[in-house]
Amino acid sequence: MGKMIIDGMPVEFTDEQNILSVIRKAGIDLPTLCYHSELSIYGACRLCNVEDDRGRMFASCSERPRDGMKIKTSTPRLVRYRRMLIELMLASHHRDCTTCVKSGDCELQKLAHRLGVSSVRWGYKERTHEKDRSSPSIVRDPDKCILCGDCVRVCEGIQGVNAIDFAHRGTDAMVIPAFNKEIAKTDCVNCGQCRVVCPTGAITINTNIRPVWEALADPNVKVFAQVAPAVRVAVGQAFGGAKGENVMGKIVAALHRLGFDDVYDTTFGADMTILEESKEFLEIFEKGGPFPLFTSCCPAWVSFCEKRWPEFRNNISTSYSPLQMLASVAREYYADPKNSEGKKILSVGIMPCTAKKAEILREDLKRDGKQNVDYILTTEELITMIKRAGIRFDLIEGEAADMPFGIGSGGAVIFGNSGGVMEAALRTLCEGPERSAIEELRNSGVRGPGPLREFTFNYKGHEIKAAVVSGLAEADALLRRVKNGESFYHFVEVMACRRGCIMGGGQPAHAGYRTKEARKHGLYESDVNTQIKKSNENPTALALYDTLIRGREHELLHSHR
Amino acid sequence: MLEQSFYTKADEIMNKYPAQERSLIPIIHEVQETYNYVPLELLPYIAKHIGITETKAYSVASFYERFSFEPKGKYIIRVCDGTACHVRQSLPVLERLRSELGLSDKKHTTDDMLFTVETVSCLGACSLAPALMVNDHVHPAMTPDKATSLIKDLREEAAKS
Amino acid sequence: MSEKITSIDELNTLREKYHEAVKKEDVRILVCAGTGCQASGSLKVWEKMSELAKDTNITVEFATHVKHPHVHKSGCLGFCEQGPLVRIEPLGVLYTKVHPEDCEEIFDVTVKRGEIVNRLLYKNKITGEECYNQDEIPFYKGQTRVVLKTCGTIDPESIDEAISAGEYQALAKALFTMTPDEVIKTVLDSKLRGRGGGGFIAGKKWQQVAGQPEKIRYVVCNGDEGDPGAFMDCSIMEGDPHRMIEGMIIAAYAVGAQEGYIYVRAEYPLAVKRLTLAIQQATERGLLGDNILGSGFSFKLNINRGAGAFVCGEGSALTASIEGKRGMPRVKPPRTVEQGLFAKPTVLNNVETYANVPQIILDGAEWYRSIGTENSPGTKTFALTGAVRNTGLVEVPFGITPRKIIFDIGGGIRDDRKFKAVQIGGPSGGCLTEAQLDEPLDFDSVKKLGVIVGSGGLVVMDENTCMVEVARFFMEFTHRESCGKCVPCREGTLRMLEILERIVAGNGRMEDIDELRSLADLIINTALCGLGKSAPLPVVSTLNSFMDEYIEHIQNKKCPAHVCQKLKQYTIDPEKCRSCSKCARGCPVQAIDGKPKVPYVIDQAKCIKCGACMSACPFKAINVA
Ligand SMILES: Cc1cc2nc3c(=O)[nH]c(=O)nc-3n(C[C@H](O)[C@H](O)[C@H](O)COP(=O)(O)O)c2cc1C
Ligand code: SF4
Ligand code: SF4
Ligand code: SF4
Ligand code: SF4
Ligand code: SF4
Ligand code: SF4
Ligand code: SF4
Ligand code: SF4
Ligand code: FES
Ligand code: FES
Ligand code: FES
Repeated sequence: MGKMIIDGMPVEFTDEQNILSVIRKAGIDLPTLCYHSELSIYGACRLCNVEDDRGRMFASCSERPRDGMKIKTSTPRLVRYRRMLIELMLASHHRDCTTCVKSGDCELQKLAHRLGVSSVRWGYKERTHEKDRSSPSIVRDPDKCILCGDCVRVCEGIQGVNAIDFAHRGTDAMVIPAFNKEIAKTDCVNCGQCRVVCPTGAITINTNIRPVWEALADPNVKVFAQVAPAVRVAVGQAFGGAKGENVMGKIVAALHRLGFDDVYDTTFGADMTILEESKEFLEIFEKGGPFPLFTSCCPAWVSFCEKRWPEFRNNISTSYSPLQMLASVAREYYADPKNSEGKKILSVGIMPCTAKKAEILREDLKRDGKQNVDYILTTEELITMIKRAGIRFDLIEGEAADMPFGIGSGGAVIFGNSGGVMEAALRTLCEGPERSAIEELRNSGVRGPGPLREFTFNYKGHEIKAAVVSGLAEADALLRRVKNGESFYHFVEVMACRRGCIMGGGQPAHAGYRTKEARKHGLYESDVNTQIKKSNENPTALALYDTLIRGREHELLHSHR
Repeated sequence: MLEQSFYTKADEIMNKYPAQERSLIPIIHEVQETYNYVPLELLPYIAKHIGITETKAYSVASFYERFSFEPKGKYIIRVCDGTACHVRQSLPVLERLRSELGLSDKKHTTDDMLFTVETVSCLGACSLAPALMVNDHVHPAMTPDKATSLIKDLREEAAKS
Repeated sequence: MSEKITSIDELNTLREKYHEAVKKEDVRILVCAGTGCQASGSLKVWEKMSELAKDTNITVEFATHVKHPHVHKSGCLGFCEQGPLVRIEPLGVLYTKVHPEDCEEIFDVTVKRGEIVNRLLYKNKITGEECYNQDEIPFYKGQTRVVLKTCGTIDPESIDEAISAGEYQALAKALFTMTPDEVIKTVLDSKLRGRGGGGFIAGKKWQQVAGQPEKIRYVVCNGDEGDPGAFMDCSIMEGDPHRMIEGMIIAAYAVGAQEGYIYVRAEYPLAVKRLTLAIQQATERGLLGDNILGSGFSFKLNINRGAGAFVCGEGSALTASIEGKRGMPRVKPPRTVEQGLFAKPTVLNNVETYANVPQIILDGAEWYRSIGTENSPGTKTFALTGAVRNTGLVEVPFGITPRKIIFDIGGGIRDDRKFKAVQIGGPSGGCLTEAQLDEPLDFDSVKKLGVIVGSGGLVVMDENTCMVEVARFFMEFTHRESCGKCVPCREGTLRMLEILERIVAGNGRMEDIDELRSLADLIINTALCGLGKSAPLPVVSTLNSFMDEYIEHIQNKKCPAHVCQKLKQYTIDPEKCRSCSKCARGCPVQAIDGKPKVPYVIDQAKCIKCGACMSACPFKAINVA
């Protein structure tokens, strides 16, 4: 607690860990390229430098606020230094902005513009490294790296993976996988969190826009898409809409305009996942183990578990992820020429997730050697396509998703939030149609802040010990505790991305605290507005068990890991 | 894949240290002293043993100038280019060594794997500048001509053994 | 073999015992075995001496008393340039440049007869006088040896000698007669300041660590000594490791630390070896480990070797390196005293800082403050190198003038050339000019001159030194050693270096001066750690004092000191040329043309200044300017 004077204005501070946060609270957008509130402080870009009343200069991201401090944030000297720092970064940067995928959304470019860097005195850097396109999820372009270390800290600190790190030193320093091998040959789990924090074009999404667009134009191909829950609360903002607003209707309309023949809602698949997974859980629960059962819908988590904790791989539910559920069932549906009109079918997932691009390639998810999903487009790619096609997203009218896979329950919508899968699964275990049990569950601890939430659920007089965890480093710690016998759970939901898919690797980046909260509330709000609350009340999903998938649940809805 | 003997040797070295991150640098030191370089393949092996990722091990090893992933010569000649040596003309010594051995600032090791020539900043023998070090042995007050005869001596010594 | 010492009485008894034993040595032959003298071949001298001393039952008429000449290896005496050095006690005679061939004569003349081998004495380089012992040598005259008191007089590989010389007495005093707070207070009162460069009050650090709520604490010794051209810490670690270790144990007692680490640069193999041995011996003797001297206090000591990264001398980079990480400095807070090694409160001091502690404990704060200046008490060791007559390790009280060091101790400039500047503070320092030579040398005074005391490198430069090239040299060093974390240092030093390279190659422009200054200003003010913050200082300092040389390089494409290769002009003296054509044949770019009987000529436009012709000419007809 205390008060500081920032640029002559008194500003109160409470528990802010650094002066930068206080400055931002005061409404001053101090430029930074290496600070993320959720990552450890690194102090490399030096842009956040400020001056105190004695002319002492220091980086505000790494200094604690003290009562009575007097800070100036943009003296002529500071402005000059910031400009030079950007100039120095650009001098060692392969700056081909006009054709760079990141252009227009690049922090470095924005700052260069904002700070008025109008010339670079020291040389031009040619391309010296090949791009690494080995991963289905992300593309690495080391020539655009400014060594801010954000990706390293997210990959190691938040995800516990450490697939990339600094190598060498000084001007030779680079952020690369061990031995500079291809990222696909590392323990990378494709979560894409590195690209979310990367301020430049050094790590970007490996895009699949082109083949999808070509298929859309092909009259002999019927293209269908499914839209994941988290996508609908992240698109609007890009077109001037409110943060976190659910714009599913407009997305459906935009996809139709882009030429998608059918647009489905992944919440349908989510309901199927819940139906299968809760069945699986009850079986294990009644059998008395093995515990815990882990959720399976996050491919980055599955990959992490397989690579780092193989002893737990068989504890992961075999139920398909919502994406695969819907795609698998749709494949059966289109097998009927009535539905396919005799055309080739192309299955596209619109996902908040870069790891899904890897998931669709998994051998254990193929049927007869064929992928259930052909391409994944992330939310970012969807936004790009809408912009590229010139669709006035702000003006179009919403449309309903297509049937038969256009309806999902409220429980399915909240899948996009960390805890959502668990909540939806336990909802189906709430007795009867009464809403009070659902209400009670919601307040049991399954929702809330923090990367780890532990709570219990009463099922027919038995206690189910459950945990919800997001961020793989946190999951790693949990697994270690489980292994050492320090913790025990019956059922654990793991999401690789902190806060769940709303903050997935394919979502629009630059999401601050308010955006994150808005996305979360957007999904919970949609649940409130949905009549069907529980997956086992989704009529179209239930109907399938008597038709398309009858007796083929194992074949069509479960991975054969 | 390296021969088994490398892994056996690595085990031997690793067993001297606790299986912790802090043992990484001492272990790499010993590996390098054993082989004159750090065989790349050993790094993931060491990393696994001490419980860190191979990415981390590579990140750390590549930071330090002294660790080399490329095999070095039998004689590692470190020419001091610290201040004291520099002002007393250490560069001509370095140049002579390089021209004598056909090396450059890009190529440090002779093809016959006999010599590696590197620079180092100070060997602690500054009063005897310019100095150089052959393996662990310091040679004081060097001149280009002394460098030439040093190479000759070392060649003879190598031929004998 | 050696039994544990379990009480202060036992320590004293032992000390007496060794003292007596040493006294009984009729003749003590000390062969310097520091890095410098070893490089000059002192180990062979030692072997030869030992061999000669073996058949000792010499009963020579003149010296019947000599029954057992004892040959020891000693630590660096600081005068390495004159090595190998051999000192003979109790005569106190010091022989310089001793070779194995001289040993027999020394043995016969000095050891047996107590007479002097004159030709091996040091001769005053100016007056030509022979100096009989250390004290007569001008090099030693101006020195005050506190830290280096026993360095060079005892065998650093024997803890018994150290004990007999009084080492570990301060530890005993601290453990048994002082509380930890009293130790801290004494060190605080002594105003001992860190010798690693920053000059931070050591006692304050200790106090801060002692006051932390966390009880696991570490004591770390910074023996990374990365400054090129500095070897003070090297000599201490090699020559008197126990003094420094004793200082560390006292620090550990004062702050309540359980474990300590010594971080030594890997380029000092001898220091590593001697420290390892010293720790082993001290542990065997019960001076390290559990229940030290029966006091109940326990302390363990480890050694970590650096791996070739100058930046690891920076505190947070050093601790990261010990932890097995990349040696990259981190932002502060938290500071090392709060969260240092393994995120625990840590005392980090330099080798020389620790080596000062025992004497302060023994003789008190007041005594210590009587040496040096008011705010920089005590002495400082310097590595005096470069263009002076006597190079070596010197220890002088703070407040001495650079002139005294260079001209009295150092004997002035070699070959009677003109003094130009003295570089102080290594790559983080700057140059003092003739006009500044009479300013007192202490932490605060030199700061006012725009340089720092630094760790203690003093590189003397004469008129044959190009200051622009010196600036480039340091810039190259810091650029190479930058960890690459923060933008101003990583990118800024690269650009400064490019500009300096351009200037020394004759491609400089006048705007370069402004660019250098503005980059320097940026880096100094915004870099994360001390390496970056001080990297431009050699440039700033030379710009301030030697602007004319920069201008000469830029505008007239001339290097006044004739150092910069690219600015050299090779010409053939027509008087001396005999048209042998050797030069022309050796020129890689065919810049030399000539006919028989006519002097050859170099085409300046073609010449790439490689110098090949000059070495090829058998008649020394080619000049360079
Ligand atoms: C780049 C850099 C290199 C340093 N190198 C050394 C060194 O080699 N030895 C040393 O004792 N201190 C060195 N220091 C200073 C240390 O950071 C630290 O201040 C010192 O070890 C503290 O000990 P002292 O208070 O006893 O001087 C260096 C600092 C920087 C920024
Ligand atoms: S990363 Fe940013 S600054 Fe660099 S080329 Fe791309 S858009 Fe331009
Ligand atoms: S911003 Fe400038 S460089 Fe880029 S496209 Fe427009 S005019 Fe060209
Ligand atoms: S995608 Fe995830 S796991 Fe892979 S490098 Fe990026 S952050 Fe690390
Ligand atoms: S890849 Fe991106 S996030 Fe990672 S260090 Fe480079 S610029 Fe920063
Ligand atoms: S949490 Fe969601 S967005 Fe993130 S990797 Fe897992 S499935 Fe993808
Ligand atoms: S100033 Fe240089 S050495 Fe220090 S942290 Fe920055 S880049 Fe690294
Ligand atoms: S210095 Fe070299 S290039 Fe110039 S003339 Fe002589 S040999 Fe030829
Ligand atoms: S080598 Fe010397 S003497 Fe012969 S031609 Fe050249 S300059 Fe003349
Ligand atoms: S944000 Fe503070 S240094 Fe980068
Ligand atoms: S500068 Fe070369 S040995 Fe010190
Ligand atoms: S090493 Fe012998 S005097 Fe320095």
